[in-house]
Amino acid sequence: MDTHADTNGAAAGAGAAAAAQQAVISVSGLTKEYGDVKAVRGIDFEVARGETFGFLGPNGAGKTTTIKILCTLANATSGTALVAGHDARTERDAVRRNIGLVFQDTTLDSYLTAEQNLRFHAELYGVPKAAVQPRMRQVMDMVGLWDRKDSLVSTYSGGMQRRLEIARGLLHAPHVLFLDEPTVGLDPQTRSSIWAYINDLKRREDITIFLTTHYMDEAENCDRIAIIDHGKIVAIDTPEELKASVGKDRVQIQTADDTKAIAALKETFGIDAAVHEGAVTFSVASGEQFVPRLFAELPVPIRSVSVSRPSLDDVFMSYTGSTIRDAEASGGDAMRAMAQRFRAGMGRR
Amino acid sequence: MATQTTDVTPAPDAGLLVEEIRVAVPERGLRHDLRAAGIVWRRELIRFRTDRLRAITSLIQPVLFLFILGTGLSALAGRGMPPGISFKTFIYPGVLAMSVLFTAIFSSASIVWDREFGFLREILVAPVSRAAIVVGKCLGGATIATFQGIIFLILAGFAHVPYNPLLILTLIGELLLLSFTLTAFGVMMAARIKQFQAFMALTQMLVMPLFFLSGALYPLAGLPAWLSVLTRIDPLTYIVGPMRHAVFSHLAMPASFQQQLAPAITWDGWAVPLGLSVGLVAAMGLGMMAVAIAEFRKTE
Repeated sequence: MDTHADTNGAAAGAGAAAAAQQAVISVSGLTKEYGDVKAVRGIDFEVARGETFGFLGPNGAGKTTTIKILCTLANATSGTALVAGHDARTERDAVRRNIGLVFQDTTLDSYLTAEQNLRFHAELYGVPKAAVQPRMRQVMDMVGLWDRKDSLVSTYSGGMQRRLEIARGLLHAPHVLFLDEPTVGLDPQTRSSIWAYINDLKRREDITIFLTTHYMDEAENCDRIAIIDHGKIVAIDTPEELKASVGKDRVQIQTADDTKAIAALKETFGIDAAVHEGAVTFSVASGEQFVPRLFAELPVPIRSVSVSRPSLDDVFMSYTGSTIRDAEASGGDAMRAMAQRFRAGMGRR
Repeated sequence: MATQTTDVTPAPDAGLLVEEIRVAVPERGLRHDLRAAGIVWRRELIRFRTDRLRAITSLIQPVLFLFILGTGLSALAGRGMPPGISFKTFIYPGVLAMSVLFTAIFSSASIVWDREFGFLREILVAPVSRAAIVVGKCLGGATIATFQGIIFLILAGFAHVPYNPLLILTLIGELLLLSFTLTAFGVMMAARIKQFQAFMALTQMLVMPLFFLSGALYPLAGLPAWLSVLTRIDPLTYIVGPMRHAVFSHLAMPASFQQQLAPAITWDGWAVPLGLSVGLVAAMGLGMMAVAIAEFRKTE
């Protein structure tokens, strides 16, 4: 019987053990290939205990594949992944005991009531019988669904289902909660309410959260973010540091002739601009001071102008060369096919 | 042995909740596996209970066979029957076997369904042995299919089959075994076939030949050689035979009629004992369940 490197940290040990104690998730040299498609191309990162860590990237960038490997649902082609001190490949059950999962597609049984779904989970995870009822109440209260516990899940709205899944993921008191696109497909109001629950959860439980998202605004809720593109991590830091690293303001202008404007920007100011989201977009060190010069010297009429402080969007753009929406729109059929394959593969196991 | 303990302390505003709920997910052990198999089994029952339509529609086909086909063919087939024995009585055991066929297969189809709708993932990421899940599933399917068979057993009187307690118990036992083996077969298929449509098409394609070759509608004696061989390959034969034997041994009739209507299954002239026949079906069920477990152990 192997002894768990308890993430509660009581286990004393060598230097290596002490390091593992801090990092709840530790990934090195991880790759995953599906036939010819390289979904993950060698990534390394660590997630500290209690951290909310976000994986940010367009669809098909390798986020879901990474989660699948961390959750023991897929084997890495090479590299290692340690979760709560256990190898995700060789100590599956130990990893599974320590993690809670919320997938992007629902994994509830809609023919059962909410309570029956949770009870199923409790039995499957071997939650001690005496703890089942109070814990069930606790997690359902947390997401405000206790009153609806006897309703069939098929009568729940999308947002309620997601909340129930979060509650279920927490039922066995995992050390790490994985949220794969927890708000995808939900309306903005529901999205923000889901985030309210997640933030509340961070306050209440000693838990590490690993999430993926392709919503920039949601990534701001994370303590640290890894930007992943084409199966590689291109940047990893706190949202603030990442934004500071860009150091430039983003200027977007609507012009009468975009092509001419881009050429003029290059010629007059030596600035590389491109059309993103229907506007000529470029970055300059201090946007407010640049705008008057722009109006004075650009030969093309300007209809509107907007200057924004660096956002995660800009971070993404500066590291990958495209906005996340562009990356998804132009990611092409190959990307989409890949994403489809992951999803199909996800269902397979 | 280290057991992981997590203290969950709810925030003060959590109302009337207990101060601290200790949730410790135990190391995997037999007790945990039994609980897991138990809940997978129970889910089948809950879903069967809430899906009354399924229970009713699954009965339509055997009822048609027994009352429409059975009555219609009586005039013709009845001539070959001993006096006082109805053709309906003759086909009753086979049709009884049929009554569990679809329910058992359909219950395993829910794995394919669960895969498409994501619920299977919830099961597969649990820290529990794949064997517990598959065993729970097979027993769950076996249980609900047997329920279905029991409903059909209530109609035994209409086919002039006596309500003898010993007979009823024997038939229920045989139905349970048959249902288990059929569910194991379905689960094994469901482990490999990912599309619901394909699964349904394939199983439907297999179910009818299995039924027709099992001797459910005709005695297994005096058949042309080719058909005789095919009937011996059909696994269903080895349970329909014992079921018919059970029914006919509870009817008052001369031994020669019994020989004629419920002959022993023979392999090249050697009569297969009932015990071996039933044992074969059990062994097949267990074998297919083992294959299913191995399939579910694989990881992408």
